[in-house]
Amino acid sequence: MSSPTGKSAERATGPGAHAAGSPDTPRGRSRRTLPSPLRHLLFAALGLAAVTGLLLVTGDLTALRLAAVGYTMLAVAGLQLLVGGSGQVSLGHGAFMMIGAYTMTLLVLHQPMLPIAANLLIIVAVSAVAGIAVGAATARLHGPYLAGATLILAVGLPGLTHRYHEFLGGSNGLNIRTAGAPPFLQGVFTDSEWKALVVWTTVVIGLAVLATISSGRLGRRMRSLRDDETAAAMAGVPVGKTKVVAFVIASAAGGLGGGLQAYVLGTATPSSFTLVLSLTLLAALVFGGIGSLWGALWAAVTVVYLQIWATDLARSLELGRNVENNLPVVFFGIVLILVLRFWPLGLHGALTRLGARLRPPTTR
Amino acid sequence: MRRGTPGVLAAALALTVMATACTGAGEVADGGEVDLDVSTGVTDDSIVLGSHQPLTGPAAPGYLAVSQGARAVFDYVNAQGGIHGRQIDYRVEDDAYDPAQTIDVTRQLVLEDEIFAMVGGLGTPTHGGVIDYLNDEGVPDIFPSSGALAWNNTEEHPLTYGWQTDYTKEAKIQGQYISENFSGQNVGYLYQNDDIGEDSQAGLDQYLADEVVAREHYESEVSDLSAQVAEFERTEAEVVVCSCIPAFVALAMLEAASIGYEPQWVISSIGGDTATLQGLLAEFTQDTDAEDVPADAFLDGALVTSYMPRVEDQEDEWAQFFLEVYGEYGEGETVTNTHVFGMTQAVMVAQVLRSAGQDLTRQSLVDAMEAQEWQGPGLLPFSSSGGDHGGHQGVYVVQYRAGGTIEMVQGPRVTDREGGGIEETDFERLPPEELDFHD
Repeated sequence: MSSPTGKSAERATGPGAHAAGSPDTPRGRSRRTLPSPLRHLLFAALGLAAVTGLLLVTGDLTALRLAAVGYTMLAVAGLQLLVGGSGQVSLGHGAFMMIGAYTMTLLVLHQPMLPIAANLLIIVAVSAVAGIAVGAATARLHGPYLAGATLILAVGLPGLTHRYHEFLGGSNGLNIRTAGAPPFLQGVFTDSEWKALVVWTTVVIGLAVLATISSGRLGRRMRSLRDDETAAAMAGVPVGKTKVVAFVIASAAGGLGGGLQAYVLGTATPSSFTLVLSLTLLAALVFGGIGSLWGALWAAVTVVYLQIWATDLARSLELGRNVENNLPVVFFGIVLILVLRFWPLGLHGALTRLGARLRPPTTR
Repeated sequence: MRRGTPGVLAAALALTVMATACTGAGEVADGGEVDLDVSTGVTDDSIVLGSHQPLTGPAAPGYLAVSQGARAVFDYVNAQGGIHGRQIDYRVEDDAYDPAQTIDVTRQLVLEDEIFAMVGGLGTPTHGGVIDYLNDEGVPDIFPSSGALAWNNTEEHPLTYGWQTDYTKEAKIQGQYISENFSGQNVGYLYQNDDIGEDSQAGLDQYLADEVVAREHYESEVSDLSAQVAEFERTEAEVVVCSCIPAFVALAMLEAASIGYEPQWVISSIGGDTATLQGLLAEFTQDTDAEDVPADAFLDGALVTSYMPRVEDQEDEWAQFFLEVYGEYGEGETVTNTHVFGMTQAVMVAQVLRSAGQDLTRQSLVDAMEAQEWQGPGLLPFSSSGGDHGGHQGVYVVQYRAGGTIEMVQGPRVTDREGGGIEETDFERLPPEELDFHD
């Protein structure tokens, strides 16, 4: 598994390079003065280029996993905006992924001629509508009450597939086949690589949107809500509206993530979108770092790769089969506890501190 | 934030993604012919076989035994010298019964482990998500562990070979047996609300459409059957056909016992593993009023359909052989019929690998599948050729007696999955020492 570490390194140089470039004042300042949407789009393009490069040097399996990192990251980033940004805890984020995934499979099954981009836009619309419905109903709730209300969503929504067995396929779910690389690119990318690329194109654009929102007025309002609702209200922030908007944005990101998952995997089943998924997303976000969008990246890498690494580790240690099977879960639990004990801001918090410690010698 | 930037960004999103893919997302071009003349995963002294199984998660307690059984047989085969001098390298990946994980581990097996063939991939929703991939990649997909009808479709999935008697065939024979032996009695169906229930009813209704008084389903996430069982009692169902997995057979029996309702249970092969049922019943009655009631008492008299050898059968040579093999190569616990499931599969896989000959390629394996004359360990004729990849073609019926014995009350019968008749069969098996499945 050298690729993911390679990727992490590549990614980690982002902020590092930024810091190292600070003595070079004109360049540093000119980049700072770019308007934030453009700056985020530039970052997005760099990220996409990095992923494309990585795809070209690795194989199909890595492509599948990179795609998984991509769509998980988008979903977690939405949750980050909601939880870290506006301070609303949602235990039902997996339900929005499910809405996205089923929308994707139904679109492909019933409207196969629609291009993927149109499907994705429809998914954003559908999950935003679902987000409005849920967000408007829960806007008055906060803290554990909101968590409880969203919990119902995670538990209840998979049941719909049984209720509408004919349409949603019951517990066996729906299977689709999606088109791979367009003919003129067939020699360059395999189908899996192409799908990973489509995923990451969507993901980086989605992240740029989220970052722009987060650094803009709406993001500021959300953070003021998170810190003190009453103070925010007295300062003129429309509390209810901002909460609902945060919820809708998070839902759309979650739905998009789920839709991309269905596009890559070609299947949507209720057993993939259980409460466990919602809890995993939240735990992974806390693990990755709740205060920053970078946390979403570490969270996604953790969700996708920790299990694989832990299984490899268990195999190399030649423990019993029972131990080997259950080790990944235990491992994640222990690492989560340790990280939170020593770095309450998660992996990203740890890396930032590490960066701050390394910086003085370079700027001396 | 300036007004309008989200709009600009949304437009940018739309344009960029539009530019990347203009054809319909669901319009899939037919893939070219796959090259089967390869021996991926085969070396001079080994054959790599892969499988996806639920080793952790909610489905693991019921199905962990499948791969344990298969591994014991492959170890036995290896100890006898392997197959044409090659040792079987059986690699099982955990998918936790989550289709998303099945897709990941299947790719890992195909791309990283470079398996020669997929054997016994477990579960309908899980395997259903990788069947296209395996066929597209030209990986033989031998004996998925599930009775879904989907595995037997040679037009779309020529490399997939079903194994289990499919749910409709099994249900037809159950239906006929009930209409002959319990004629005129009220019948209730209890079924899992997915393809198991759908396909089973399609078979049962061919014989019992006039007798059925209640059709009740359960969801595998909801472990409460009180409403369903109450409905059976209310409609005075005297026979209840349970197309259920073991946990729900046990729950239904307990629920019925608790309200003093005693129907004749007819249980499908998927839920009819009495050893597993005993364990579940003992577990479920723990700390209740029924704690002192032996698990056997609930099971006494239950009718079970089956197609493999059964561990309860002390006369069956294969059952005894499996007990011995598992005793030596297994992971030391009670051998259940779920172990036998994996062991029977493994013997048949080994047998067809042996038939494929010294020059093993995927094509020679497929040829061997098509040409194989199956002679056990299953008690039913087996189909893997000529456009019919349906696997076992029927079932026999046993009645369980408290004390752990079974009695065959109806011999093996075969049928099809459509409206065809049911026939007795004079299928002859070979005993373990005569069946050619290892060097």
